[in-house]
Amino acid sequence: MSDRLMVKAEGVHKNFGRVEVLKGIDLEVRPGEVMCVIGPSGSGKSTFLRCINHLEKVNAGKLWVDGELVGYRQKGDKLYELRDHEVAQKRREIGMVFQKFNLFPHMTALENVMEAPIQVKKEPRGEVRERAAELLRQVGLSDKAGNYPAQLSGGQQQRVAIARALAMKPKLMLFDEPTSALDPELVGDVLGVMRQLADEGMTMVVVTHEMGFAREVGDSLVFMDGGVVVEQGTPREVITDPQHERTKAFLAKVL
Amino acid sequence: MALTRRQRRAAFRGAQYLLLVAVLLTLAFTANWGELQRGFFDLDVAAEQFPDILSVALVNTVVYTVVGFAFGAVLGLVLALMRLSSVGPYRWIAAGYVELFRGLPALLVFIAFGFGVPIAFHIRFTTLSTVMLALGLVGAAYIAETLRSGIQAVPRGQVEAARSLGMSQARAMVSIVIPQAFRIVLPSLTNELILLVKDSSLVYLLGLTGAQYELAKFGRDAMNTNPTLTPVVVSGLCYLVITIPLSYLSRWLERRGNAPKKDSALEVQS
Repeated sequence: MSDRLMVKAEGVHKNFGRVEVLKGIDLEVRPGEVMCVIGPSGSGKSTFLRCINHLEKVNAGKLWVDGELVGYRQKGDKLYELRDHEVAQKRREIGMVFQKFNLFPHMTALENVMEAPIQVKKEPRGEVRERAAELLRQVGLSDKAGNYPAQLSGGQQQRVAIARALAMKPKLMLFDEPTSALDPELVGDVLGVMRQLADEGMTMVVVTHEMGFAREVGDSLVFMDGGVVVEQGTPREVITDPQHERTKAFLAKVL
Repeated sequence: MALTRRQRRAAFRGAQYLLLVAVLLTLAFTANWGELQRGFFDLDVAAEQFPDILSVALVNTVVYTVVGFAFGAVLGLVLALMRLSSVGPYRWIAAGYVELFRGLPALLVFIAFGFGVPIAFHIRFTTLSTVMLALGLVGAAYIAETLRSGIQAVPRGQVEAARSLGMSQARAMVSIVIPQAFRIVLPSLTNELILLVKDSSLVYLLGLTGAQYELAKFGRDAMNTNPTLTPVVVSGLCYLVITIPLSYLSRWLERRGNAPKKDSALEVQS
């Protein structure tokens, strides 16, 4: 296993006004690892995920992605906040999938996938179109390329959203409860695509309530509650032999 | 005899129809149709208005409106972005502008830019640029408010998705937020365009040559030589020829967003 970490969090704090949402998170994600994060709502797991690509600013502590500090530049002892375009530059390499899909409603499925490589990376249109078509094929939606998001089911929208993120060729994928807004019968398709992605060696951090996915696909499992990491280990360890009362109580409810 | 509820409803509806027919018949029989036609729609006088009312007046009305709206839309977008700026003074300037120009009658703005500003600053505007300025400045105030509400109506998640794909703040605004905002406010924007079509009639204040006449002025001018209201009626109908298709256009544009794009689906397979 490589020494280089894909994600490293050190004492990450985040507060919204006076409410402290993250109270010092230390986590490490190795390249190729699939880390699942579980926990009750309000435990700070989504906020932590959003800190990784600087959609939320960290108030204290440090976060590195692939060895580079997130959102700041270090000069000596001082941290300088990166400029807008510098932050944008770094986000290119981190794909994110949202609970509510957030597809662009004024673009077709294919245009959704093509938008960022063309606008952000200035790649040639023809090349991007081919890659986008191939990505839609991989998520099983070749026949929906010309449809607008409103004409797709939730599961199809989420698979387009995954293809959209992959079009930027990210080295890390963040999933923020990707199946929580889906009807139960549509969850399987999305998890199938994510499993395929994991098998191809993508580094993934997945906030989820799908314990089956966490157990079968995840390399590590993190249980968060009240803004701290309560317990972490392999999925088998955490699920079958939880050490903390809070973990036990939570697992008893979701399993 | 007691009626069932259904019978009562039918009787009530019948009475409404009866009333309508009675009013229409009364109007039809009491009106002096010959006089009405001479006064409002004298076919000979109406025929005299053509083709100039179309080739000159209608064209001018459209041109005045288009230049005014184009300028107003650009300025309105700038003002809308200023109102949403994080820099305080930008917000204040934009808010002040909107309050000022939304509160003034377009008539006063036309007078100001037709006479006041040229005298004060020793500049001469052509008629067309005065129209562009006056209509645009008034239109921009309304358009700015409309666009601002549209931009704010685009869900936050859209910006987050765009940012997570590596788009800069500005790129997300241009590619993702503004196109959606325009779609949301399309009906209101059409409304504002229609208002400008009508406000373009105020250009008469500037003093026009015959070739610059727009519909309202053209109609009133023709009325001077004909003792009948027919020319005004004809120019009124011409306004409707412009405004009614606009309403349909906006409805069509609204619907278009929801239809699948067939061609791009095909291109993928090829």
